[in-house]
Amino acid sequence: MTAAIAPGPTAQAILRRRRARAGWLVLVLLALAGAAVLSVALGTRDVGWSAILAGVRGGTDTIAEAVVAVRVPRTVLAALAGAALGLAGAVMQGVTRNPLADPGILGINAGAAMAVVIGIAWFGMVRLEAFLWTAILGAGLAAGFVYAVGTMGRGGATPLKLALAGAATAIAASSFTVAIILPRNDIAGGVRSWQVGGVGGATWEAILPCLPLLAAGFVLCLISARSLNLLALGDEAAAGLGARVAWARASAALGAVMLCGATTAICGPIGFVGLVVPHLCRLLIGVDHRWLLPFSALAGAILLILADVLGRIVARPSEMDVGIVTAFLGAPVFIWIVRKRRVRDL
Amino acid sequence: MHAAPDSLATRVAVLRRRRARGRTRAAGGMLLLLLAGLALTLSLGQSFTPPGDVLRVLAGVEVPGASFTVGALRLPRAVLSILAGMSFGLGGVVFQTMFRNPLASPDIIGISAGASAAAVFAIVLLGWSGTTVSVLAVAAGLGVAAAIYLLSWRNGVAGARLILVGIGIAAMLESVIAYVLLRAPAWSLQDALRWLTGSVNGATLEQALPVLLSLALFGGLLLALRGSAELMRLGDDTAAALGVPLARDRALIVLAAVGLIAVATAVTGPIAFVAFLSGPIALRITGPGRAPLVPAALTGALLVLVADYAGQHLLPGRYPVGIVTGALGAPYLIYLIIRTNRTGGRP
Repeated sequence: MTAAIAPGPTAQAILRRRRARAGWLVLVLLALAGAAVLSVALGTRDVGWSAILAGVRGGTDTIAEAVVAVRVPRTVLAALAGAALGLAGAVMQGVTRNPLADPGILGINAGAAMAVVIGIAWFGMVRLEAFLWTAILGAGLAAGFVYAVGTMGRGGATPLKLALAGAATAIAASSFTVAIILPRNDIAGGVRSWQVGGVGGATWEAILPCLPLLAAGFVLCLISARSLNLLALGDEAAAGLGARVAWARASAALGAVMLCGATTAICGPIGFVGLVVPHLCRLLIGVDHRWLLPFSALAGAILLILADVLGRIVARPSEMDVGIVTAFLGAPVFIWIVRKRRVRDL
Repeated sequence: MHAAPDSLATRVAVLRRRRARGRTRAAGGMLLLLLAGLALTLSLGQSFTPPGDVLRVLAGVEVPGASFTVGALRLPRAVLSILAGMSFGLGGVVFQTMFRNPLASPDIIGISAGASAAAVFAIVLLGWSGTTVSVLAVAAGLGVAAAIYLLSWRNGVAGARLILVGIGIAAMLESVIAYVLLRAPAWSLQDALRWLTGSVNGATLEQALPVLLSLALFGGLLLALRGSAELMRLGDDTAAALGVPLARDRALIVLAAVGLIAVATAVTGPIAFVAFLSGPIALRITGPGRAPLVPAALTGALLVLVADYAGQHLLPGRYPVGIVTGALGAPYLIYLIIRTNRTGGRP
């Protein structure tokens, strides 16, 4: 935290850091391209390079080409969802000044999922646009509730309280979700496969309506970078430096909620991406949110694409949903973060 | 020199006797409530069976109609509810007492999830049934308990770290359960719900048998060790100074508590929050003092019995017991967090 504001890094040091960050940026972009290529090339069915090229151009003449044509939107969705979750996680960790903030841990994905299920069951929703708005509403309500419970009283939002409030909210929301699905066998099957987050059934038709919302969420989050840097100094210091604390927090949180809600509406709840990615990025490029936020988005995209590829490879001939893979990758990181901190800070 | 009639020692002794009497009375009252609940669930379901018929069925007399509804449907269900509830309540309160934290209950720190994941893996993918499932569930529960303990060890185990590590492990194990359920060849929502939230649907007396045995074995072990458990609450150093073989007794206590939770979970699934709720409710009823082992077991049994009855007959639609207890437990957890905030960090 102090590195970014400590007085007197010389001009040379700043230049060196910039160069290092630019180097990491190039590397991350290359890794993203590599992950995308892997995601199109690898899967349950082996395909040749000629089929891959034809499939990417839209050819569906052979089975191999058709397989590739399906993998392309899937890869795009994984990239979008990963970027959204990674960015949302970084913003939430900044807004709550809390290392364990993650849309999954804080129960926000569960809230979005419950809202969508309510919409399907009680209001007969079928259109994807309706799913999106409902999911964002549910995510927002859950986020507000968890934050309110976690910060109530003295001591503010410690990681333990926020995580517990999130866990309680997630359990209540999923109990309620199951109670709604249970008497309705007609929607149960669809909801069940959606409750484990996955990007398997991606189509362009499903991706396109989300783009405006995702774009708005990305913009809201990215422009909050400067105020998040100020918030990291504490509310009083941030206010003294001219930040409108409540406003900055609310707009950044709104952006994160839009990203989580939209992602949950398309993919179902995917946990731990928002937790892991910002921590890794902080190790690479430091705590300046102006760099951390875009890096978290890119790294989130890479992580989710690779997790999806991994899920296709490990469980051949079937597939493992990406939400399960991220839980397995993310939970150890979560534990590592918990172990690293002093008990007093929990 | 002899002590005055109202010396401190006498006053403490009187208070202790009064407390002990109060505890016995509370436990007796809960036992009566439990019996009343049992009578209610046996005689009143979709249809009413007169108490006389219920008693005759219990005595083994063939009563047309009632023999099926009471003997084959209601009785196994009620018995399993009570036994599982006792196991969860007892196992939960032991964990909460040992870590001196109501949040360190096995269903929050992932031990129930571990047992459930092992059971669902054995049943769905390996096709096992009966005792082998229970054994695997106990082994998995112990493994998870050991993993959480080791992972949260850093110059000693702190409650907050243990709980957070447990939440992380639980998230991982829940995705294992979800994965196994998605792989299940013939997928039924009822079966899935058992492993996600816990349910006593379709209970049989054969299923209840392993739970009864584990309750007798592990529950008896816990009651036998309750003296050293009490002393451990004073802190490790004090307990060791008072002659408690710490390592041995703690290992036995953990084994027994995990065994209770895991065997019950292998049959009913992780009935949400019963382990977490029973101890604090029992403590509220019996008042402060010794760890309320027996009252917590009775509270757990009553919770599962009543919640299952409510899910079957009182709510619109039929819900498995875990949904009802989950809906009850979450607000309590939130209340506990808020109260923790007000008391400045001490739960």
